[in-house]
Amino acid sequence: MGLFSIDRRADAARYGSRGFPACLLTMPHQLCCSIGGRGRAKGTTIELAIYQAFRLDFDLGKAASLALVQFTICGAVSLLAFLVPLPQTDGLGLDRVVQRLDGPQHRIWDGLWISVASAFLVLPLGAVLMRGLRHMLEVPPQIFVASLTSLTIAIISTALCLAMALTLALAFARRGSLARSLAEATGILGLASSPLVVGTGLFVLIFPYAQPMAFALPITASVNAMMALPFALRVLMPAVRETYGDYLHLRMSLGMGRWIWMTRILAPRLRRPIGFSAGLAAALSMGDLGVIALFADPDLQTLPLMLYRLMGAYRMDQAAATAVVLVVQSLFLFWMFDRGGRGHATLR
Amino acid sequence: MLHLDRLCYQLNEFSLTADLQIAAGDRVAVIGPSGGGKSTLLNGIAGFLVPRAGQMLWNGQSMPDHPGERPLSILFQDHNLFPHLTVLDNVAIGLRPDMRLSVAQKAQAVAALDQVGLGDKAMAYPRDLSGGQQGRAGLARVLLRQRPLLLLDEPFAALGPALKDEMLEITRQIVQQAGITALMVTHDPQDALSFAEYAILVAEGQAQAPAPIGPLFDHPPPALQSYLGRRAP
Repeated sequence: MGLFSIDRRADAARYGSRGFPACLLTMPHQLCCSIGGRGRAKGTTIELAIYQAFRLDFDLGKAASLALVQFTICGAVSLLAFLVPLPQTDGLGLDRVVQRLDGPQHRIWDGLWISVASAFLVLPLGAVLMRGLRHMLEVPPQIFVASLTSLTIAIISTALCLAMALTLALAFARRGSLARSLAEATGILGLASSPLVVGTGLFVLIFPYAQPMAFALPITASVNAMMALPFALRVLMPAVRETYGDYLHLRMSLGMGRWIWMTRILAPRLRRPIGFSAGLAAALSMGDLGVIALFADPDLQTLPLMLYRLMGAYRMDQAAATAVVLVVQSLFLFWMFDRGGRGHATLR
Repeated sequence: MLHLDRLCYQLNEFSLTADLQIAAGDRVAVIGPSGGGKSTLLNGIAGFLVPRAGQMLWNGQSMPDHPGERPLSILFQDHNLFPHLTVLDNVAIGLRPDMRLSVAQKAQAVAALDQVGLGDKAMAYPRDLSGGQQGRAGLARVLLRQRPLLLLDEPFAALGPALKDEMLEITRQIVQQAGITALMVTHDPQDALSFAEYAILVAEGQAQAPAPIGPLFDHPPPALQSYLGRRAP
């Protein structure tokens, strides 16, 4: 069940616990859809209500108002989460490995907490995987096209997200703290507005003029990019800032041009955070079931949507098998990008 | 000759004025209390700050605006070396900031490393060097650049006393042999005495004209007296 959300939770944990409440609020759609099924449960979340207003009633006005409520609540929570300053974790001076100075008892506690948190993820995930692996051969053949669609969307949205995050980080990292906060607020909008909220908005915008289904792929890719933007910004902004802070004077005194600075200094110094953000963005996009659920016609599906449809048809074995494919692909994408960021021998 | 002609730098509430001359080849210590303006003076000469008034002349000619075009090299307190570049690249970048080394220039860089005793470390990374060796790598770049002015911003402050003395001595020799004019910010009167012939006292937003360092310490003016306390050398 918790499958769709797994990416986001893992992200939140790696990224710092601050993102957690905001993530919780933006993710329930997937969870609730799966748990609540297609029935009209009395207790719904706002997200599910939006989805129902959309898919079942096709009441765009109601969906839009609900989206506004959701946006306001999430915005307030996101803002609170971002008011807490993020501790600097990456001040490694000369790229040496940092030695842990706390004793072994801390390691035990750390290990314990990590195990408890992991169990929360691993148990449901394990259950799905066990079941899925047994039924791997029954997986519908559409899985190939769905995988390709999901991967394409993920890669495009990762590229978009990185382009936006790097542009913002480079433009604002050296400004004052107010300007930086504004830039990050741009990112918070992504957190405040869940994919479903943005999807609703885009649907309302496009609907009078064209068939929204025709735009399903580009819209999903760009909305997913926006969702990952706050995470990417949070990772990249301090890294860019630190590089400028440490080496700007050296660069100026050496008379180093912009091109060399960008390619030979900034790019290698940012390689790790770029790889990590790309991994986050790709994994987030792979697991997303927001916009695509609104826009897709029956012929078009991503892996999460296929999984959702299979579950809706009570074909649980095939759904579990699809889940295995989804998890493997998401993890692989994240690993590949993150690994790419670490691969540089001189930056280990 | 470096001529600071009624220069004034403004940083928010703080301002620094400097009206002084430094003769070519002099080694000058910049001393004074924290917050008095030592770093501002150095950053101004480096070109990182734009003066509010006055002008800076080098051998009678106006200093270029851009720090990279000024006839000077800098040794910072830290972050002198890019951690992901080899020692050789870090040194050679002083000659070719576009990093397109010719064979001859590479040989020059290796020679500079040899001169500071780091000939075998060319392909190492800064993290593989000790603090003293990092200082030497920085000096190799200064040698390679052959700029007539050197600014030192407490470059060896993190080193132990013996190593610091050694580095100061190497720096002094290099500067002396190459006829480089050197300004060194320091907190340690002993360092100032062993390295420099003159001292500029920077206090309360004003940089005094350089004075011979021995007599200055023997008969310190009130501002220097209160800075030194009983630690006068």
